[in-house]
Amino acid sequence: MLAIEADALRRTYTSRTGWPRSRRTETEAVRGVTFEVKPGELFGLLGPNGAGKTTTIKMLNTLLLPTSGTARVFGHDVARDPVAVRHRIGYVFGGDRGLYDRLSALDNLRYFAELYGVGARDQKRRIAELLDLVGLVGREKERVEGYSRGMRQRLHIARGLLHHPDVLFLDEPSIGVDPVAARDLRRTVADLAAAGTTVLLTTHYMAEADELCDRIAVIAGGRIRALGTPGSLKSRVGDRDVLDIEAYGAGDEVIDRVRRVPGVRGASVEDRGAMQTVSVQTDRGAELHAPVLAAFDGVRLGRVVSREPSLEDAYIAIVEEAAGSAAPEEVPA
Amino acid sequence: MIRVLRLIGVGVRTHVSYMSRSPIEITFAVLVPLVYATLAVYLFRAAGDPDRLLTASVGAGLMGIWGSVLFGSGGAVQNQRWLGTLETLVVAPTPLALVLLPITLATAVIGTYAMGATVLWGVLLFGVPLDFAHPLLFLVAVPVCVLALGMMGLLLAATFVLLRNANALANPLDTPVWLLSGLLVPVTVLPAWTHPVSWALPTTWGARAVHAAASGGDVTTPLLTAVALGAGYALAAVLVLGRVERRARAAATLALA
Repeated sequence: MLAIEADALRRTYTSRTGWPRSRRTETEAVRGVTFEVKPGELFGLLGPNGAGKTTTIKMLNTLLLPTSGTARVFGHDVARDPVAVRHRIGYVFGGDRGLYDRLSALDNLRYFAELYGVGARDQKRRIAELLDLVGLVGREKERVEGYSRGMRQRLHIARGLLHHPDVLFLDEPSIGVDPVAARDLRRTVADLAAAGTTVLLTTHYMAEADELCDRIAVIAGGRIRALGTPGSLKSRVGDRDVLDIEAYGAGDEVIDRVRRVPGVRGASVEDRGAMQTVSVQTDRGAELHAPVLAAFDGVRLGRVVSREPSLEDAYIAIVEEAAGSAAPEEVPA
Repeated sequence: MIRVLRLIGVGVRTHVSYMSRSPIEITFAVLVPLVYATLAVYLFRAAGDPDRLLTASVGAGLMGIWGSVLFGSGGAVQNQRWLGTLETLVVAPTPLALVLLPITLATAVIGTYAMGATVLWGVLLFGVPLDFAHPLLFLVAVPVCVLALGMMGLLLAATFVLLRNANALANPLDTPVWLLSGLLVPVTVLPAWTHPVSWALPTTWGARAVHAAASGGDVTTPLLTAVALGAGYALAAVLVLGRVERRARAAATLALA
């Protein structure tokens, strides 16, 4: 039996504005998402902000009803049988919210243990196990409001695991977490998957997805644009080279000029304070150093590094192509 | 059954602890009823009713409990939204009614601060004598009244799950309900057409029991009526909550945005 089955899931949000004549606005957040996750698999859902990742997760974990389509978790329909689904899932989301911050970690876990039906006899042992797993032993009696974001995130994970869920939904768990805490988080998630828990993870961090996920679906504009192993996604840009160029003050017109250089397949910019890192994807072996750098005419440049394409490059290429692509594409593993 | 009672117990303890640790919430829970109590004592004195000053203090305390339940139930659901916990509560396999009942009971428990504060305020500031007609029954009537109001709060909370701006509904319900329930002035002074509404409110019977325990009269009958009505409201809430939850999932009102 599959752990998760999503079949043509759609979700439309309706909002009304104005009075007395209200205007109805409809936003299609998810437009026919189909995928399957096997038991024990660590499945990643990647996409830009507003792509439909969280909406998809919320339909799968019973918080939102699909507008159309169906989804099942271990055979239980998420719309018709939400309680059976809730017994088998854990839900963890990133950020500061979702905990009673004027209470201690222990009080939070005791309360949620009751809500998740953890037996009175097992509670103490289970909470101790989880505090140990997420490294909060010794801090469990402190109020959560004094916790760092990393500690809160670890407490979230402990909360989500109280009832030994078969499927764990992790919605951007590492958002705003420092690198050391993020590494610990990745280790915890990998351990859970190794122990047989099915994990559906959404993240913006490509290295995290590359390291953890068995398979990845890239979602943009409410549709799945690519689905496959990290390796197979990377192979989509295997015919390219990447130039990382440090620039200071490269405006949109400069980036457009770079994109127009013959042989350039795409360019993305990441701002890092005063400096920008411009990643330019070119045809493999095209040796475009000189014309690309010439396109930066008048912009102060720093280091220029040529490298192999990464998952992030594949992701950027998929998302940039998304506007022109209507149908989801299955990438062979 | 034991699991349910345990869940309610742990839930009430958790939410009372949480609400009690907010200095601003406790300040309001205590201060607002003191203003009511002061006004009530002066009104009763001006009306030439100095013998009923204890009724005024107790009535103001009841208004405090009702205010806490009303704004607490709306505020609690809204607070869970702000905290981001409403989704984690809903995604738990426990029925939503059993998730919300401890929250509404906790708001009623917090409201009892108001009763203590107004009675003490009356004694210290206005020299109101503590000559309860049935002191022991008063100590029983107040928590039972709190329970009945907490159960009524569940029905309020059920509707507040659907509304992102739940407090907007709570405001216009405050004064009419305490007026119709005879918390401060007897319902007999209200127009006859309002009486059926008054009789349908657990607050009316809870207030009648608490006032009777303070000033004399039958305590048991109104107290049992308050509990029965409260249970009826809670049952109605349980019946509608399944549908409410489904509508909230369809309308996406469980989260802030």
